[in-house]
Amino acid sequence: MIQTLALIVSSTLVYSGPLIFTALGGVFSERSGIVNVGLEGIMVMGAFGSVIFNLFNADTFGAWTPWLGLLIGGLVGILFSLVHAVATVHLRADHIISGTVLNLVAPSLGVFLTRELFAGKGQTDMIAESFGYANIPLLSQIPVIGDIFFKSTSLPAYVGILSAFVVAFIIYRTAFGLRLRSVGEHPQAADTLGINVYLMRYIGVLLSGFFGGVGGAVLAQSISLNFSVSTIAGQGFMAMAAMIFGKWNPVGAMGAALFFGFAQSLAVVGSQIPLISSIPSVYLQIAPYIITIIVLVSFVGRSQGPAANGTTYVKSK
Amino acid sequence: MTQSKWQSLLVPVLSVIVGLLFGAVIMLLFGYNPVDGYQALLEGALGTPFNIGQTLRAATPLIFTGLGFAVAYTAGFFNIGLAGQALFGWLVSVWVGLAMLDSPKWLVLPLAILAGALAGALWAAIPGILKAYFDTSEVIVTIMLNYVAVYIADYLIRNVLTDRADATPFVGANASLRTEWLTELTNGSTMHAGFFLALLFAVIAYIFINRTTFGFELKAVGLNKDAAEYAGMNVKRNIIIAMVISGALAGLGGVMNGLGEFQNIFLTNGVAPAIGFNGMAVALLGLLNPFGVVLAAILFGGLMTGGNIMPLTAGIPSEIVDIVIAAIIFFVGANYIITFFLNRRKVRSAVDNEDVIQQGGQEG
Repeated sequence: MIQTLALIVSSTLVYSGPLIFTALGGVFSERSGIVNVGLEGIMVMGAFGSVIFNLFNADTFGAWTPWLGLLIGGLVGILFSLVHAVATVHLRADHIISGTVLNLVAPSLGVFLTRELFAGKGQTDMIAESFGYANIPLLSQIPVIGDIFFKSTSLPAYVGILSAFVVAFIIYRTAFGLRLRSVGEHPQAADTLGINVYLMRYIGVLLSGFFGGVGGAVLAQSISLNFSVSTIAGQGFMAMAAMIFGKWNPVGAMGAALFFGFAQSLAVVGSQIPLISSIPSVYLQIAPYIITIIVLVSFVGRSQGPAANGTTYVKSK
Repeated sequence: MTQSKWQSLLVPVLSVIVGLLFGAVIMLLFGYNPVDGYQALLEGALGTPFNIGQTLRAATPLIFTGLGFAVAYTAGFFNIGLAGQALFGWLVSVWVGLAMLDSPKWLVLPLAILAGALAGALWAAIPGILKAYFDTSEVIVTIMLNYVAVYIADYLIRNVLTDRADATPFVGANASLRTEWLTELTNGSTMHAGFFLALLFAVIAYIFINRTTFGFELKAVGLNKDAAEYAGMNVKRNIIIAMVISGALAGLGGVMNGLGEFQNIFLTNGVAPAIGFNGMAVALLGLLNPFGVVLAAILFGGLMTGGNIMPLTAGIPSEIVDIVIAAIIFFVGANYIITFFLNRRKVRSAVDNEDVIQQGGQEG
């Protein structure tokens, strides 16, 4: 029983890690008023960056490679999201069209660069240093609870959970967070008070690029272990749904991401869990997507995001 | 008015040029010769009757999915689920063809086409209903349904249509859109009669959107939901019907793959058909005008057909074409950059009419 529970918990954490980071990225962007459908594409580029870094530097950094890979993934995400920021803030592009362009270009760009780096091959080799499973010191010593939650578990997911609280503090308890939110709620008013609307929106989008890139890097280095065109399969959109389900609140988004991670993990470990193993695999495969839709319909309803979300702000002269 | 019309035509044309230049820069950066690259692309797209046939064949499903996107967008609905809807259209049309191998062509072909359209329409009705009654974000729902469609289609192909095979058998000649004269005219290309069906639907879509009460209602709903409701239009019904039509067109796009190009269906391996997202790109480049969609689809058909030949003749990965396509859509979306420079010239020459009106309004 404990073993089954531990299996469910650890695989849930593995699959929710990428969603938590990416959903936090979504919170930053949308709180500043920029809808970011491009999270999926940002994850692709983050995954690509981290895998390339990992392949070429595993000898140098050893076990630290995947953690540094997260940073690289985040940096690649920032660079990539800059396109979205310029398009939506300065070039007044439709947010959804611009985000979709990110999603269109990322897999092609990733595969193109992979072909350049690996003599025409469309996918990379497997990485040598991945996140794997780790015990958390001290906490894993607790009887029962330690066995279920803290033994052979996913460290990046715990970092993600902690990050959610940090992000919540930043957004609700700091001057920066207040400015970010005011720009997403009423840019004209914020502008009148001397807040640089364009700058805040750039920061919001670039932060979403960082977190989305980290999310992609977590996924690539703990689940797929290489980069190919199908490394990221809808997780960016799932993270977006988690953000909406969490009502644009970092902690809520994290909770929703855990739930979606649980749904995703069922398709993978379901065959090892007594009751679920009798269900045909196709139902488990479509379950996370169907659950996302059901959640959006039944729990969220007409929940409102930031008031100026998705609008272009044009500073009057 | 005429000037703004001219200006709006300039946006897609300039976007294509800038997109191609962007592709050239990428090729230069990675040590390829862009002149060789684009020459290979042009040869591959239009060099021989066979290549022209392949280009028009590649454009055919894009016209349908592009029209599908345009119809939904007219009603303010961002249908990113074209790929899933097309996949079901593809699957069901092949299914009907395989189930009626011995029936006459006049019965099987129309039935298979209709069934494909119906499958796409029903699949698209789901996000339409959810949007109309629960105001659920259509972007997320349609994307999620794409993945659901992929898994269901793969399951059906492996377990229902075949006995654990990767692809179904081919449909019979009684369900094929290919015709002998088109194949001969283009030296054995896979061009098929669906191209003419696509042109017909472009005309129908144009009339529907611009010349019927229903099209007017869709536009009104898309421009301002609340105003449309206040004017007595049934907004919920309009959204659902727009999605059903959009899905039917996307389904027909899939039918073009099923009964035209491939004549069967095979495992997707987790990736929804590319005609979905490319259809969206085509619609945006065609400025959501049905005839613009046709032109943009032929351009994209050429880019993709030529792009497939680029690795063979110029040694350049075909992904460069996808990057060019994405760049084109980026510039269409960010068209402010183009209008900005045009407007600056205009303002310098004379006071803008609109400014005068706005100022007058504010003072009064």
